[in-house]
Amino acid sequence: MKLIYEPWPWYIAGPMIACILFLLIMVGKNFGMSSNLRTLCTLCGAGKTSDFFKFDWKSQKWNLIVVLGAIIGGYIGAHFLSNTSAVALNPETISDLKSFGFESAGTAYLPTEMFATSALLSFKNMVLLTLGGLLVGFGARYAGGCTSGHAISGLSNLQLPSLIAVIGFFIGGLTMIHLIFPLLF
Amino acid sequence: MRTLIYLLIGILFGITMFKSEAASWFRIYEMFKFESFHMYGIIGSALVLGILVIQTIKRFEIKSFYGEKIVFTPKAKSFYRYLIGGIIFGLGWALAGACPGPMFTLVGAGYVPILVVIAGSIVGTFLYGIVKDKIPH
Repeated sequence: MKLIYEPWPWYIAGPMIACILFLLIMVGKNFGMSSNLRTLCTLCGAGKTSDFFKFDWKSQKWNLIVVLGAIIGGYIGAHFLSNTSAVALNPETISDLKSFGFESAGTAYLPTEMFATSALLSFKNMVLLTLGGLLVGFGARYAGGCTSGHAISGLSNLQLPSLIAVIGFFIGGLTMIHLIFPLLF
Repeated sequence: MRTLIYLLIGILFGITMFKSEAASWFRIYEMFKFESFHMYGIIGSALVLGILVIQTIKRFEIKSFYGEKIVFTPKAKSFYRYLIGGIIFGLGWALAGACPGPMFTLVGAGYVPILVVIAGSIVGTFLYGIVKDKIPH
């Protein structure tokens, strides 16, 4: 039982995700988180501006409840199921991040330089977080899905479009880390 | 009753995302540096089992828990929207270190600045809705 408090290895987490996929399919739904962002737009009244947001949001209520669960799950995971929040990264990754100014690498769950509440006072950090969010939201809807919708659901259903999207995710991610990060940090 | 099931599935998902560190910005960075197997192991094993699950359901025409037929909608055929959209998403995923599931998990874990990322992603989705008829799909 003690193991539950340790970070979960990939061979526990992967099957758990497959289990979540299975459960959602078996209750007649699907696994895709980014469509909730569209539902939230509709709830904010975006239907007045674009037909893309004109749909019955109640048909997606179930997914918003999954999101609520994901928030509660994050609370439970962080407050009751963890004895450490430090992520045991590859030492090379740590020294690499330190050279970018991420001193918290190896000692925290998220970089404090970006995600501590005090980081809200950094103008540069606010710009980067906003930009990151904008790209995630725009890209996910443009591609018609995110990690859950394409990389898990779509690929599990052997969908070629999902493979193209996942290749895109990696082109984008590798470009950001290897080419753009050295310019930003 | 169904609401409670969705909530429990979500809680399971949130705990898994947090405890596996898939919600950690650091793990995403490390993944794109190819310096750890961890994230590849998570996505890879989920995928192998996911393929088994979906193909089994299809092959044996398994009904849902409520006895309904399970329908899988194929993704619309296209190239540009998936590649360009995917690249844009990937840029944001690496920068914010969170995708649309884990970003909510991090709210529960108590990281306030993630709300900025969520707000940004909602605005990003809204911007897509506005320009979608003017960009290649």
